Amino acid sequence: MIRLNNIHKSYVMGNSSLHVLKGIDLHIEQGDFVSIMGSSGSGKSTLLNILGMLDNYDNGSYHLSGNLIANMSEKRAAKLRNELVGFVFQSFNLISFKNAMENVALPLYYKGVPRKKRNLIAMEYLEKLGLKDWANHMPNEMSGGQKQRVAIARALISKPKIILADEPTGALDSATSYEVMDILREINDDGITVIIVTHEHDIAAMTRQIIRLNDGRIHEIIRNGELKNFQKSYIHGLETA
Amino acid sequence: MFDIDKWQEILATIKKNKMRTFLTGFSVAWGIFMLMILLGSGNGLSNGVANNFMNDAVNAMWIWRGETTIPYQGMKSGRPIQFQNQDQEIVQKVSGVGVSSGRYFMGNTRYSYLKESGEYTTITCQPALKEVENLILNEGRFINQLDILQKRKVVVIGADIKTALFKDSVALGEYVNVNMVPFKVIGICTEPGSTRNRNAYMPLSTAQMIFSGSNQLHNLALTINATTLEESRAIEEQIRNVLGRQHKFDPKDEGAIGLYNKLENYIQTMKIFQAIKIFIWIIGVGTLIAGIVGVSNIMLIVVKERTKEIGIRKAIGASPSSVIGLIMLESIMITTIAGYIGLVLGTGLMELINYGMMMQSTGPVSEEQGGTMFMNPTVDINIAIYSTMLLIIAGAIAGYIPAKRAASIRPIVALRDE
Repeated sequence: MIRLNNIHKSYVMGNSSLHVLKGIDLHIEQGDFVSIMGSSGSGKSTLLNILGMLDNYDNGSYHLSGNLIANMSEKRAAKLRNELVGFVFQSFNLISFKNAMENVALPLYYKGVPRKKRNLIAMEYLEKLGLKDWANHMPNEMSGGQKQRVAIARALISKPKIILADEPTGALDSATSYEVMDILREINDDGITVIIVTHEHDIAAMTRQIIRLNDGRIHEIIRNGELKNFQKSYIHGLETA
Repeated sequence: MFDIDKWQEILATIKKNKMRTFLTGFSVAWGIFMLMILLGSGNGLSNGVANNFMNDAVNAMWIWRGETTIPYQGMKSGRPIQFQNQDQEIVQKVSGVGVSSGRYFMGNTRYSYLKESGEYTTITCQPALKEVENLILNEGRFINQLDILQKRKVVVIGADIKTALFKDSVALGEYVNVNMVPFKVIGICTEPGSTRNRNAYMPLSTAQMIFSGSNQLHNLALTINATTLEESRAIEEQIRNVLGRQHKFDPKDEGAIGLYNKLENYIQTMKIFQAIKIFIWIIGVGTLIAGIVGVSNIMLIVVKERTKEIGIRKAIGASPSSVIGLIMLESIMITTIAGYIGLVLGTGLMELINYGMMMQSTGPVSEEQGGTMFMNPTVDINIAIYSTMLLIIAGAIAGYIPAKRAASIRPIVALRDE
């Protein structure tokens, strides 16, 4: 599904260059539910951007669903993003002058789906996420949780293979965060690969695999037994707090 | 391009930023409005002056007597030149000369009819004068060749003379006494572009015989067949040559005869207007460019403001070309609609002024006031169409740089932008 081989990425700032990713080797299978953790500056957002074809890498290779993602034209990148990837952002990134339904329908607009049809599909997805009655509301009339659900519906509407979520719960209170995580888990249960970037341990503990980045390298990958311990310590700790 | 969704997207953004859109549009509307006003005024001025030229035939030429200023063939300077009847015949033979008439003036001739009388200028001439001076016959006819040959005692009187002598009664066919000699009135005329029609015209031959003008002429009036300045100058030179030969003066002697070549003046004046027109276009287009730069500038701000939105769109699959299309189309739409409003207002205002002027001038019967320098200040429909096309192109240019910038926005910018 996703195969990263020795990915390097540096940002050039003036005459100094910042080496952000220093050789990432990663393999993520279809249907995985992965969280990427790490302190700020560890390169987790950069990694997510490369995974989402929003940024280029300098060295190494990246295969997504069998396609080598390298030196693509913007047009092709846009098309692949549209077909393969759904994004969920910390700040929701809904378009403020479009209502919930239009926001959800937007990816289909770029796929060339006619207006009536894509609005119908958008309504289906809103219903799935329990927002049917909010379809005609503007983003500023909705709560954070509702906005994030609209954003998730938008990410799902083009039937992507991967959902990339950058701090999806960063702007939400913990109760709403858990709701959103439940939704992401359900999506994952349908077979879609979900990758989230987070710095919250309890959120990471809800995924099936945790990749810890440190200084541009993979520090550890926590899964199976270790994950159980991780989950126990964080979820338990939270509950007692 | 005619994708309903795209238009809806654009309308949505315009609706969201009404004030900004209005200000953007205003600069363009103002530019095209000014262009129309300037072009309209320029046309008005040009038409007005051209119309003043039409008071006489545009290709008219007048030649009058002078004194030599250069010694020639042993004769010293200061010798007066006299025109005789044969001079008209000589000039008529010059190639390029259209029609010609000799003229002999009689100032303060007394005209009387019954108890009314007055003194007027009498111009004695040949039939061609009507063509040279564009005389308008209100009634009757002008002097013809038969009048000349038979030395008929007929007279064409100016409209003011008719009013003064005949009041409301019929003048045509009546006899007026001209210096106590009865003349039959055969026509009543007006001179275009003049408010005073106090001249009377009678056959040259008759007047020379009755009023002892012998074979003298005061001046010659003629038309020339030329379209360019060079042609008209060549004809002028030929006339100087033949008259110089006849009267023995140096053809280069500017003082021997006076010569006014109207076509030369007309061509030169029209050249000035051509220059003024170009100047107006430069100013107008300059104003428009200021408007376009304004639009471009504001579209840049729009792109900056919408960085995040454009980033989001790209993240969910918008291709660069769709983003360019969005910005360009918005820019074209604003400039075209606003420009069109400016166009309509500008031409509308000029039409209104034109209408007002027409209402004013058609009031009294004496239709044309002497020296109207402004006439029909309207803009050609073609120019309006060109301007509209110019606007669409302008909109595209105004939108291009911002659109290019929008397309180069990387989606990660939007992701970082919080």
